Amino acid sequence: MARTPTLDIDAMLADRHTRIVVCCGSGGVGKTTTAAALALRAAEQGRRVVVLTIDPARRLAQSLGLTELDNVPRLVTGLAPEAVPGGSLDAMMLDMKRTFDEVVLAHSTREAAEQILANPFYQAVSSSFAGTQEYMAMEKLGQLRARADREGTWDLIVVDTPPSRSALDFLDAPKRLGSFLDGRFIRLISAPAKLGGRAGLRIVNVGIGLVSKTLTTVLGGEMLRDVQTFVNALDTMFGGFRERADLTYALLKEGGTAFVVVAAPERDALREASYFVARLEQEGMPLAGVVVNRMQPQAAAGLTAARARAAAEQLVESGRPAAAAALTLHATVADLAARHRNVVRRFTAGHPSIPVVEVASLAQDVHDVDGLREVGRRLAGAG
Amino acid sequence: MPSAPEPVRADGFPGVRLHVVTGKGGTGKTTVAAALAVALASRGKRVLLAEVEGRQGISQTFDVPPLPTTETRVAGGAHGGEVVGLAVDAKTALLEYLQLFYKLGRAGGVLERFGAIDFATTIAPGVRDLLLIGRIYEASRRRLDAKHHRGSLPEELAYDAIVLDAPPTGRIPRFLSVGEEVADLARMGPIHSQAGSITEVLHSGATRVHVVTLLEEMPVQETVDAVAELRALGMPVGAVIINQARAREDVDPALDAVDGDAVDVDVDLATDLAADLASVGLDLPDATVDALLDQVREHAERVDLEVEQLAVLQDLGQPLVTVPFLIDGIDLDAITEIADLLGDQGMVP
Repeated sequence: MARTPTLDIDAMLADRHTRIVVCCGSGGVGKTTTAAALALRAAEQGRRVVVLTIDPARRLAQSLGLTELDNVPRLVTGLAPEAVPGGSLDAMMLDMKRTFDEVVLAHSTREAAEQILANPFYQAVSSSFAGTQEYMAMEKLGQLRARADREGTWDLIVVDTPPSRSALDFLDAPKRLGSFLDGRFIRLISAPAKLGGRAGLRIVNVGIGLVSKTLTTVLGGEMLRDVQTFVNALDTMFGGFRERADLTYALLKEGGTAFVVVAAPERDALREASYFVARLEQEGMPLAGVVVNRMQPQAAAGLTAARARAAAEQLVESGRPAAAAALTLHATVADLAARHRNVVRRFTAGHPSIPVVEVASLAQDVHDVDGLREVGRRLAGAG
Repeated sequence: MPSAPEPVRADGFPGVRLHVVTGKGGTGKTTVAAALAVALASRGKRVLLAEVEGRQGISQTFDVPPLPTTETRVAGGAHGGEVVGLAVDAKTALLEYLQLFYKLGRAGGVLERFGAIDFATTIAPGVRDLLLIGRIYEASRRRLDAKHHRGSLPEELAYDAIVLDAPPTGRIPRFLSVGEEVADLARMGPIHSQAGSITEVLHSGATRVHVVTLLEEMPVQETVDAVAELRALGMPVGAVIINQARAREDVDPALDAVDGDAVDVDVDLATDLAADLASVGLDLPDATVDALLDQVREHAERVDLEVEQLAVLQDLGQPLVTVPFLIDGIDLDAITEIADLLGDQGMVP
């Protein structure tokens, strides 16, 4: 049987053609930590890196030596003294409301912008709509890339993806927005405001009448007007938004992008990983490989769980509880390590050509740059 | 667990009909929600187990085909109890809702063709969450309605309890407060009043929000944050469920042995361990003996961390429930085992 190729993280980071690394995967698998650790490792190997995190734990900011992460890239100063010169790391956290506001301000007149920013429907969409985070992550990625190209600020962007219901939302967001903006619904709902009532009447269509009537019944007149104002704003200024979303989507398909799927050695997490791998393939997105975090390392491999258990029983009988306990612990750990290996083996059997790297779990959570560096070392296959 | 203050015990949550189960991603909230539903069913209850994130977690947990958008029986329980699964879908819920309240007839289809349904379920703020919760709310009301109308609804459509496998902690406060948010946005009309009724039920004594966590820093921190936010919103918080807790009794003697571990005792420890192992015929190379000791030390470090985290959770003052780490992973037997443990610890009446 062919061996599963190993995901060579250092080769990926060292390749100057790699301009964007996207970390995706289900919740709770260490995705954000992985993104930060990859970014730090790349920076210490001489790349000029910016890492875009989405909704990270507060401690990640602390572990990067920053008091807080916000919508502006901030320089991380804790790079190792022996790091390759020329490297740098900036970190930021996506603030979706602020990013949305910036888009509005940048692409409309001051007067129009003020009107939009004050619209209650806009306020709700920009701060709470479940998909806004995905759109804004794409928007921000596009902005960072444009700035990197324009100013030469960064040569690598590492992106953490939103903790979506399904990690796939990240890929679907631009298309969904595009089809919405192209759709008949937006024309319909914006028609009365744009054309005025009389022009609207020319379109004699029972369907439209029904829809308008139903919308008024369900939403109420006031909310419908808020919605119309909002949709008109979208239509006039967000044509560019859609173009940019399409560009970013195209950017992700390029050779300079590497998708890293992050998982844990659990059935559910690897099932999500399989799904994601298939989806990336289907979209023609470049998959670098899969990181399996939280692997139980196998210590004292020469001693099997069965033998350890048998000996532990004897030791209990002969009144040596400490030694018995050490063996019982070993047996439990060995069983867990075996189960993790099995779950991963099942995954690799189904995806024999996809590079995988297994990362041993840490006894402690990551608290500082040293911790992140250790995660990076493990990602690169060391211990 | 030693030397910790006596944890609060769950009281079976009498009078609670809606159990909302949340937790950080990866903590096993779907497993716990499924086990809670099974525990209730084992007491003869008719339970609806609902998921709202389109992950088909219920069908995978119960090893049944993917759930349709209708309520489907997934497991039986003792004394006539059963678990009915439902994967709530926003689009279906909206069409059902429009049909139910507005008798739309073919307008529903027209709305669909014009993309209005897509707009409402994916773009419009809060509507998606409101629809998802609204569907749960509708199912929870059935029993009351049946009483009001003296059996106008067949008995088998009503539920004794509903367990919601809810969105993760990061999203839960917003998810549960969507009723208020939407009520502000739609200042009058049917959506406004519907949103208001949902808010009322979620804040009532018939609802509890349980938070699943691991004894690790990040999930515990998220649990503490979520509990604070839920309290601030006036949501009734239920139990904190510690999942994948490691058994300690088996390894305590070894942990005691490495306690106060100083470099100069290392050699002695290794020599002692090697001698003990040799006494039962296990002659291991020095490196293996050292590896065994390292393993014990690493475990001790983890246990210390867990004790710290447990204290943080106890400070919350919510009932604590513990589910052990099951090395063989989660299958149907494991769900039953966890259900029994939840029952023993007062999660069900």
